Amino acid sequence: MDEIKYNPNVDYGTPGSQSTKQITLMVDDRQVTVPDGVSIMHAAAVAGVMVPKLCATDSLEPFGSCRLCLVEIEGRRGYPASCTTPVAEGLIVHTQTPKLADIRRGTMELYISDHPLDCLTCATNGDCELQDMAGAVGLREVRYGYDGENHLKAAKDESNPYFTFDPSKCIVCSRCVRACEETQGTFALTISGRGFDSKVSAGNKDFMDSECVSCGACVQACPTATLIEKTVIAAGTPEHSVTTTCAYCGVGCSFDAEMKGEEVVRMTPSKHGGANHGHSCVKGRFAWGYATHKDRITTPMIRKSIKDPWQQVGWDEAINYAASELNRINTTYGKDAIGGITSSRCTNEEVYVTQKLIRAVFGVNHVDTCARVCHSPTGYGLKQTLGESAGTQTFDSVMQSDVIFIIGANPTDGHPVFASQMKRRLREGAKLIIADPREIDLVANSPHIRADHHLKLRPGTNVALISALAHVIVTEGLVQEAFVKARCEWDSFVAWRDFAALPENSPEALSSELGIKAEDVRAAARLYATGGNAAIYYGLGVTEHSQGSTMVMGIANLAMATANIGREGVGVNPLRGQNNVQGSCDMGSMPHEFPGYRHVADDATRALFESAWGRPLSAEPGLRIPNMLDQASEGSFKALYCVGEDIVQSDPNTQHVTHALEQMECVIVQDLFLNETAMFAHVFFPGASFLEKNGTFTNAERRISPVRRVMAPKNGMEDWQVTTKLSEALGYPMNYSHASEIMDEIARLTPTFQGVSFKKLDELGSVQWPCNDEHPAGTPVMHIDEFVRGKGKFFITQYVPTTEKVNAKFPLILTTGRILSQYNVGAQTRRTQNTAWHPEDILEIHPHDAEDRGIKADDWVGIVSRAGETVLRAKITERVQVGVVYTTFHHPESGANVITTDNSDWATNCPEFKVTAVQVARVSQLSDWQKHYKTFSEAQIAFAGKKAEAAKVG
Amino acid sequence: MDIQRLISMANQIGDFYESYPDQSHAQKDIADHLNKFWALPMRKQIAQYVAEQAGTGLHAQVQSAIKGYLKV
Repeated sequence: MDEIKYNPNVDYGTPGSQSTKQITLMVDDRQVTVPDGVSIMHAAAVAGVMVPKLCATDSLEPFGSCRLCLVEIEGRRGYPASCTTPVAEGLIVHTQTPKLADIRRGTMELYISDHPLDCLTCATNGDCELQDMAGAVGLREVRYGYDGENHLKAAKDESNPYFTFDPSKCIVCSRCVRACEETQGTFALTISGRGFDSKVSAGNKDFMDSECVSCGACVQACPTATLIEKTVIAAGTPEHSVTTTCAYCGVGCSFDAEMKGEEVVRMTPSKHGGANHGHSCVKGRFAWGYATHKDRITTPMIRKSIKDPWQQVGWDEAINYAASELNRINTTYGKDAIGGITSSRCTNEEVYVTQKLIRAVFGVNHVDTCARVCHSPTGYGLKQTLGESAGTQTFDSVMQSDVIFIIGANPTDGHPVFASQMKRRLREGAKLIIADPREIDLVANSPHIRADHHLKLRPGTNVALISALAHVIVTEGLVQEAFVKARCEWDSFVAWRDFAALPENSPEALSSELGIKAEDVRAAARLYATGGNAAIYYGLGVTEHSQGSTMVMGIANLAMATANIGREGVGVNPLRGQNNVQGSCDMGSMPHEFPGYRHVADDATRALFESAWGRPLSAEPGLRIPNMLDQASEGSFKALYCVGEDIVQSDPNTQHVTHALEQMECVIVQDLFLNETAMFAHVFFPGASFLEKNGTFTNAERRISPVRRVMAPKNGMEDWQVTTKLSEALGYPMNYSHASEIMDEIARLTPTFQGVSFKKLDELGSVQWPCNDEHPAGTPVMHIDEFVRGKGKFFITQYVPTTEKVNAKFPLILTTGRILSQYNVGAQTRRTQNTAWHPEDILEIHPHDAEDRGIKADDWVGIVSRAGETVLRAKITERVQVGVVYTTFHHPESGANVITTDNSDWATNCPEFKVTAVQVARVSQLSDWQKHYKTFSEAQIAFAGKKAEAAKVG
Repeated sequence: MDIQRLISMANQIGDFYESYPDQSHAQKDIADHLNKFWALPMRKQIAQYVAEQAGTGLHAQVQSAIKGYLKV
């Protein structure tokens, strides 16, 4: 018998099984062998027999309510539902008999008697499972007529900006309810009422006022037009589909761009996506309209001064002007006056050519990326301890975890699709430890999930916590010494162990500094060390501190000491924030490293690139973003090529950033929009959206996924083409004819990417690096037999309190974060209807702190730090602890980074976004900065010939 | 760059290595970090400061690291 392969395009009706035991049965005239535990419906689908169904779909557990999938089994009585009946050895199943046909037709008659007969004008005409089943069972009449009591006049709920809920078309199959529970884990939907009154309900509220997070799982699961995208209602069903990768967070979900010609009708999560397995969030699923937003700039622009209006020009003139300015600055000030910044919003190929341009054309390494302000400590810390600057696991690994330890991350907001998988594992019984100053949703606000330990530490005390946890592990005999002896540098372990055991590192000694009871720290440490497979997931709450790198190393220390690394279910998992922030680092957009994390001072590596690129390269580390800005402020750094990044909004101490940009003579910004940085630019290269170009993104689990062009670039060129044109104008042609050729060059020069090609990605869907001869299909879990650096290395993690101290003038600590519906600087999501959930950034403040200051909900409050002042509305909540306030930075007029300071991580200069000493007071008007911003941004937007709608301050 | 900022950054690196038992090796580690991650103009500036201003404000270990091992 031919091997039957899993086909992701088939709906098997019920999930598969991981059992290794094989069961053979007959379905109609076909013999089929399937894993034990699957349903008869699933086995039939494997055999190519599609049993009629409505309430079943293979992303959900079987439910057995629609009564269409009944079968007959020889030797058994009755007509069991094939979705809920498991396979058994030797069964002989019949899926089509006269009796079954009668039953199915009767069932369909009941459904259709209470369903609008408007198929020809229905938005899902031709894409409706109810319609399909009516045809499949041969429904020809409805004996009951259509005049009986029915739901046809039930009112639509159109409150959600992206989808409509039309209960008149609902067959109460519960697929949406189960998708909300099983797939998303939000439990926002239920079936209210009984019998005829049964209906899908979002908690007796409309969808927008409910707990719904608009992930789209219910819409995806709905077999009728009850839950349907408004874009499909408007445009009709799509006619072709292209699989590509989401351009939002570091989960890197695979999506099918469902198209009509060059128009996207909808984005649906790919069932075979390695990172998302058919799930999505409100951003990737729905918030793609920015790609065609009227604010897009599609014509190149140049100007002499930022006080001048922009002049629209052709590509050649813009490129030549930029090149002439760069050449002039190189001649006048020297090569150290020029640098580049890439972004996670660039593909790997775009990052690669940008760093190549800076290095090969100018002979400097002044090229950095947005990881500088987020996960650069991850790159440093994991390289030092484990030998590779990346997370150790695949997302699916979490399903093998017994203990999940989240430190400084908010997965339900920042990495929502992975959070759904994590919540599934937690509902199965995994234990949960959370270390976070703020009460994130997973602490106690997610249904059926409650953290076993919430270590609500004071902001800035991470390293004290990791030392205290280490103290418990070391002093209570919880170290896995056999693992350490076999896999790690023993001397480094001994030094770390002796340090951790010092009395000053005990939970009792550090309790008051941490603001956590010693027994809670001890209990968490014991659980992590002894609870089975324990995995640490961390985010920017770890890295964006003055000791961010120390904390990353401290995390790796714990994982090595407890042998929680090198297999499924464990590991050190940085939740990288943005779609391609991992890739932008992999591709050498760091001032000290070539692609593949090889130091520029390494002669052999440099010789390799010099030979391939044909230019001498510098052995000196280049300037990091804050170094570039500091030098610009002082007049020695004059030109910046900034691709896809918006440093004015995303980097700390906004006024320092803008002052630095004002001192430069040539700022080139390549972006979709006139972003905040572009307002200080002299050349604007319009960029292409992720829908308009080919390339790859690499997600937080090192998964390289294809980005595919589904429409022509509105600016006329893919971004890598813009960069290579600039390079050519600078006298260094690169000669690629397609993005795939750039990846071929990356593979030739980068050992961890050696086996990667567009052809392989087309074949496999995605691949996790290292991908080479040894691991041709990639490496889901790293460090299995040995660490990349050979032996793992422990580092002493002395707690050094931040210099950003609270005092009488600045008595509160501001910490910043993100929210589900918005993404980073908001340039994309603010130009979608996601603003319905988050129209402005707000300041969270504890009731005690609010009362002390006479602050009431929704009051305007001024937030003053040593760096600056801004004004936001107040939200009073106990999610933040006394003495701590919290906000997001998704809206530029909020000026969240006007307040944050230049303090940074000791090893990487990653800004200390998470700790800023502030004072908060009620105010009646905007800050001076905000007033200036309003005037300045309105003028800049007008200079670009746009209406000043974006500057909506006040 | 503002020398006070460089001093502050260098001292932060020194703070990390302060607890290491072998302090002579720590000096090399501090310098190694500067050599690997600081651009040459920054290294030259801090070296010049140590030479001309006696390293005022710099932790002793950091001064020793710069004097002994910094590549400029």
